[in-house]
Amino acid sequence: MIVRHARALRWSSRISAATAVAGLTVLCAGCGVVEGPTLDPKGPIALSERNLLFKATAIMMIVIIPVFIMAAWFTIRYRGTNRKARYTPNFDFYWPAEIVVWSVPAAIVVWLAFHLWEYTYKLDPYTEIDPSVKPLQVQAIAQDWKWLFVYPEHDVAVVNELAMPVNTPVSIEITSDTVMNSLVIPKLGGQIYAMAGMQTRLNLVADEKGTFWGRNVQYSGKGFADQQFQTHAMSKDDFDAWIEKVKQSSKALDAATYETLAKPSQKVPVTYYSPVEPNLFDCIIGKYSHGDVDRMPLSRKAETTE
Amino acid sequence: MDIFGRLTIDSLPFYSAVAASGAAVTVLGGLAVVGAITYFGAWRMVMTQWVSSVDHKKIGIMYIMLALVMLVRGFVDAAMMRSQQAIAYNNEGYLPPDHFDQIFSSHGTIMIFFMAMPFLSGLANLIVPQQIGSRDVAFPFMNSISLWLTTAGAGLMLISLVVGKFSTAGWTAYPPYSGVQYTPGVGVDYWLWMVFISGFATTMTGINFLVTIFKCRAPGMTMFRLPLFTWTIFITSVLIIFAFPALTVACATLILDRNFGFHFFTNELGGNMMNYINLFWLWGHPEVYILILPAFGVFSEVVSTFSQKRLFGYVSLVCATIAIGLLSFTVWLHHFFTMGSSAKVNSFFGTMTAIISVPTGVKVFDWLLTMYRGRIIFKPPMLFTIGFLVTFVIGGLSGVLLALPPVDYMMHNTTFLVAHFHNMIIPGVLFGYLAGYMYWFPKAFGFKLNEKWGTRAFWCWIIGFYIAFMPLYVLGMLGFPRRMEHYEIAAWQPHLIVAWVGAVIILLGMICLAVQLIVSIRERNEALDLSGDPWNGRSLEWATSSPAAPYNFAVLPKVESRDAWWDMKRRGVAYERPLEYEDIVMPKNTYAGLVIGVAGGIFGFAAIWWMWWLALLALAVIAGTIIYRASDDDDEFVMTASEVKEIEDARFEQLAKAPKNEMADEPGYAGDAAAEPAT
Repeated sequence: MIVRHARALRWSSRISAATAVAGLTVLCAGCGVVEGPTLDPKGPIALSERNLLFKATAIMMIVIIPVFIMAAWFTIRYRGTNRKARYTPNFDFYWPAEIVVWSVPAAIVVWLAFHLWEYTYKLDPYTEIDPSVKPLQVQAIAQDWKWLFVYPEHDVAVVNELAMPVNTPVSIEITSDTVMNSLVIPKLGGQIYAMAGMQTRLNLVADEKGTFWGRNVQYSGKGFADQQFQTHAMSKDDFDAWIEKVKQSSKALDAATYETLAKPSQKVPVTYYSPVEPNLFDCIIGKYSHGDVDRMPLSRKAETTE
Repeated sequence: MDIFGRLTIDSLPFYSAVAASGAAVTVLGGLAVVGAITYFGAWRMVMTQWVSSVDHKKIGIMYIMLALVMLVRGFVDAAMMRSQQAIAYNNEGYLPPDHFDQIFSSHGTIMIFFMAMPFLSGLANLIVPQQIGSRDVAFPFMNSISLWLTTAGAGLMLISLVVGKFSTAGWTAYPPYSGVQYTPGVGVDYWLWMVFISGFATTMTGINFLVTIFKCRAPGMTMFRLPLFTWTIFITSVLIIFAFPALTVACATLILDRNFGFHFFTNELGGNMMNYINLFWLWGHPEVYILILPAFGVFSEVVSTFSQKRLFGYVSLVCATIAIGLLSFTVWLHHFFTMGSSAKVNSFFGTMTAIISVPTGVKVFDWLLTMYRGRIIFKPPMLFTIGFLVTFVIGGLSGVLLALPPVDYMMHNTTFLVAHFHNMIIPGVLFGYLAGYMYWFPKAFGFKLNEKWGTRAFWCWIIGFYIAFMPLYVLGMLGFPRRMEHYEIAAWQPHLIVAWVGAVIILLGMICLAVQLIVSIRERNEALDLSGDPWNGRSLEWATSSPAAPYNFAVLPKVESRDAWWDMKRRGVAYERPLEYEDIVMPKNTYAGLVIGVAGGIFGFAAIWWMWWLALLALAVIAGTIIYRASDDDDEFVMTASEVKEIEDARFEQLAKAPKNEMADEPGYAGDAAAEPAT
């Protein structure tokens, strides 16, 4: 009897030790994560994405918590040495249990599916954030291993720096002049791939001033780790001043300069260009797409021509 | 044309100390194996009884040996990456990008193609024919070809460490990066040819097991009496047959792009990388289920045996397996929600993905309900099963989160994703296979694995897993992208150091596994499995001797219910001897499979290095061997009734010495089948 108790005790102590380790890991993990981009967004898109994450996590607890409880309870209660527990070796079917284990997860998935469709449409990166406000147009071009941002309305271009007025939607057209890249500014919202010969789009807005890092997150070769930039969300006046500053640049981005810039290079410092070769973005897409500058990922194209 | 193609002396790894030592370890490892075989004078045995064998049990054992070797190699890669990232804050660490990129590519490739796949084929080979009461698989010779072509692929993987460089394009080899314009050299070609060749082998394995399960079941073994492990191998075979051609096509077209100037996936001239990515994941997502379903099968067997209870919800579990198999072909696009597809497309694939979690959830609850009102004996396989149940649902949660396109926009390409799939594959696949390895080891070798070291391995693995991968979830939330060779954000480093500690604990788990094997072999006489039924088992593989006779069953069993062996023990008809034995026709051993495998490997190597004359020669050898073998009618032999009787006499003599029930001394033992009333 004592031996049995000792075994049971050892078991429960092992299980609690394991739980403690898991708990501690999660707890330690908690430090720092609250300021991370996912949990501390600086724009409504990222905020909505985070809220969906919270909601879905909460609803999933309906399944997850019972699993934890059942696993711990059954393991301890029905350990072979516990002769007091009921033992029914032929118990292999029970209608109510079957109905519960199929219908509860199914119900959760129905709930999830509704939210999934709603949020996926709402947070479609191609959708303009506020149709009543004209968004700031930016064109992002992925190169090895840097980002070139063109402001077509202002005739300026910048390498590895993005500036935007706060509370003004920004519409970024994206393409690549090299391998596949993925553009993300985590504090503001999710990512979209950049692909040669195609344009993709990302609509973002910052609702707080600040500097947020952004980068390519799709592995693209040896300079990948350093392919990052800072995003400055600033007041309207500061933004205008910034544009002026870029316009003062002595470098023009003509076709020849572009060719040199597009060559692989790493850790490229922030560089300002003005003026910019007209239709540069379209030319880069056209280079790979037989001049079809509106080429989009297939399913998106079908959608837009509907 | 140069006879060595593009192979030159500069392809040898003397350009860097890390590469040279990796190569040295590989070469010395190979020499050690050759030396050991020579030292023990075992060449004759290895050649006549193993490499030429068409016995599914031996083929299974060789598959699992391959898987364990590759597990070590894949783990070394993982440990190197964890070490690099733990120190590479604001500095270059100890690995240059080129080397780091090869390592993450080879880690994924090895773990999926040359660890998990051979492990799965090995367990299936070892157990499925015995579980269905069959004497063999449907195509024993094709089985041998599969083994050796898989080994050829794995061999190319190891050779890539010594001659030339491996791919830096990740285990998915996305073009255009993997195209010749951005990644010249042999690395991606190594990847392509090894995947192509081993993919061929896997497709044949799928066909073999589908036919075996359809056509070779014992009398009375209806589909709904099949043990769950066999059911999962059945569905996995179907998935293999439908999914692998997509991979083969993706590889073949990328090979044409890289070597023959085609433009399927290039940036220019009408190429489109999205087609590759679609094809790859059209295979890649079913592949996840190809790997995990058999592990689910192992868990089903283990949970029922060690809870000493019937499996709860058998029909539910079978339906869930079929449902997962079907749904697995409807979700591939969730690997690239961020490609810019419309909300409509993304919503559809997101919803389908969420739906898959329903049958998976059902399975988890059915296993828990099997434990309910059982008498659980905590042998290592059962520990892995419980560890899996608890850990897997966390991975399920993160999986459902990633199935929501807006969440995926945020989390894609971060280590949140890396944490998610390791959270599925380590508890789901690896724990399952390790449980199966420890559960069926006595069936393969006739003695049990040491439980103490097995238990230690379990605790190291599970604790190490949490410490290594929970920080990666957090890092994902902090925006840490995957595949980063170095970084400049200080907040990331502490988590990466914790993850490194986790990797060290997993290393202890690996050491425990090695010690377990060594200790078990040395002390095998204390853990002999004389009865062939060491766990008081329920399915037919426990009816054979351990290890099973070449023909498995001298008399084919007659199956009358699920848990066929348990039922036979209950009715008192287990271990019945027939009045007389019959002759048994067996396939002859042949070197043809080995020859095809070696030639396949040479073909791959030659194609990688553009030694086209050698590639053609190797293809000719393969074709010649197949023609020779196909026209050889003398490929079977008869084991006479008296030979069978001799083997069976020895078996029953051994049975007489065996304890009546090897589990009877367990403190948690609940009683044998004979004591149980019929229902």
